[in-house]
Amino acid sequence: MTDSVKLTGVTKRFGDVLAVDDLHLNVADGEFFSLLGPSGCGKTTTLRMIAGFEFPTSGSLTIRGQEMALNPPNERPVNTVFQSYALFPHMTIEENVGFGLRMKKVAPADIAQRVKRTLDMVQLSHRASASPSQLSGGQQQRVALARALVNEPQVLLLDEPLGALDLKLRQAMQLELKDLQQRVGITFIYVTHDQDEALTMSDRIGVMSDGKLLQVGGPQDIYEHPRSRFVADFIGEINLMPAVAVDRDSVKLLDGQVLMAPHDAPAGRSVTVAIRPERFTLFRPDAEIPSGRSSIAGKVIRRIYHGDVFLYDVDTAEGLLEVKEENRPNVEVFEIDSQVVVSWSPSAATVIED
Amino acid sequence: MTIAAGVRPKSPIERLLAANSWLVYAFFYAPIFLLIALSFNDNENVGVWTSASTRWYSEMFQQDDVMRALRNSLIVASVSTLISTLLGTAAAISLERFRFRGQRVYDGLVYLPIIIPDVTMAVMLLLFFAQAFNIIDGLFGSKPAFGLGTISLAHIAFNISFVAVVVRARLAQLDSSLEEAAADLYATRWQAFRYVTLPLIMPGVAGGALLALTLSLDDVVVTSFVAGPGATTLPVYVFGLVRRGVTPLINAVSTVMLAASMALVLISLFFQRGTGTVAITEEEPLEET
Repeated sequence: MTDSVKLTGVTKRFGDVLAVDDLHLNVADGEFFSLLGPSGCGKTTTLRMIAGFEFPTSGSLTIRGQEMALNPPNERPVNTVFQSYALFPHMTIEENVGFGLRMKKVAPADIAQRVKRTLDMVQLSHRASASPSQLSGGQQQRVALARALVNEPQVLLLDEPLGALDLKLRQAMQLELKDLQQRVGITFIYVTHDQDEALTMSDRIGVMSDGKLLQVGGPQDIYEHPRSRFVADFIGEINLMPAVAVDRDSVKLLDGQVLMAPHDAPAGRSVTVAIRPERFTLFRPDAEIPSGRSSIAGKVIRRIYHGDVFLYDVDTAEGLLEVKEENRPNVEVFEIDSQVVVSWSPSAATVIED
Repeated sequence: MTIAAGVRPKSPIERLLAANSWLVYAFFYAPIFLLIALSFNDNENVGVWTSASTRWYSEMFQQDDVMRALRNSLIVASVSTLISTLLGTAAAISLERFRFRGQRVYDGLVYLPIIIPDVTMAVMLLLFFAQAFNIIDGLFGSKPAFGLGTISLAHIAFNISFVAVVVRARLAQLDSSLEEAAADLYATRWQAFRYVTLPLIMPGVAGGALLALTLSLDDVVVTSFVAGPGATTLPVYVFGLVRRGVTPLINAVSTVMLAASMALVLISLFFQRGTGTVAITEEEPLEET
């Protein structure tokens, strides 16, 4: 697969602030790629450099093999969907969507046809002559999408486009976006701080923090096998237990228990064992733990009923562990202060070196 | 106990404040009404009412001096408004959208003409023109004269600041991602300005232009310093008449000027309010498909 967008050693400084630090990233053609991170991590700056609103302090940025690091936005085959939508308030929906084609001097008849087709795609042709302020947030969002897609860009850049919508609409739009991306086959680079959004839509996710790209991988890879404490912590809930590496296949917890967990850390190095709450199972102290599973004893100190799940806080020798149990028909519900055993299979544990 | 809507007994303080506001209004507007009323007085003597007539209005239009002064005023106002609107808008854009060396100093200085007293401004400009004309005389052997040219230049000098302030306020409200969106959609710098920025700041530009027009039409101090002999604008002419004693003719001229100024201010307000919201506001969804 060819690289759609390729960043090599891209650094961006604003005065003394290092916003993006030596970023290397290849986004493949037709890929849905998300840049995920907390605010101020450099993800938006990275997107703005690809769009051409900011220029890298150093490094190379190519789009379809062409060096573009210092080209102005109007010379780049990319289009952006802005967080605020940035629809032109003095133009109708039709005029907004046709703006890019007009600037590219496309024949008026073609413009009309392509605008119509794109508005059909986002189901807004009946609002073509409305002004942006007459539309709801979700509709404005779709106009912003149409305005970018009508130009058939090589890459579509999306800057937290669902941020302003309410939860239900956001979830619906996530699926709609993913669906749309697969239909048009354009590379999407999507910036978000919302891990659910990134996990739901992306082919791959790049997690950023402090201007650095910490980990790039598929949603499952990122969620199940975080390579750093930050990634583990930022995406979903996770239990972190300090341990010491014994050999390549096992680590020793603070209480002396040896766990089977493959890793690359040299023996004696202190590491962190990370386990997702839903990967734990609770047993009664007298229950027989299936063989091959690790376990640790503890006491329930809090239980929260969430409808679909029960959340337990269990006090153990390794500290407080959060356990998430699905609310299945015959699941055993533990009372506060009851003694329990927290158990997990070795494959559930990820060893993080740091 | 039930409380009838809107019928709450007023406290003495509330009554006092209400009375005060009426007094303030009276203080502001009584002279204006007096002026308008007396401009329709038939008597030669300003203070003595005889009967209503439009005699002074027709006389006003027959007096060559008044008409010449009015024509001068209109020429100066149009020229200075046009040029100061162009320059003031450019200044506002450069201050709000670009970063350049010495910007902070320029930022402070552009507002100076608003702050410094008229008389200071007038003396400054008079000195400047006198010096500049001497230099031109030395170089080319002929000296430009004071007149409509110098008045227009002086008006441009103070109007730029006012236009810049008004346009800049409008620009500051403008979501800069709109301009980025235009660039993203293949617009060049100029196209982005022409199709997105300018239409959206137009109410500010129009408001600034009308403000400049009003200020130019009203100015007495600066104009009288840099006018030179023979080139008189309407307000300066009225000021000259007053020194020879108030006649009902002045009342008529003043009333016309008042009406014109008020009309301009109203139009200016209308433009600035007109298409009020620039950024897309978070409105209630009107309809969801």
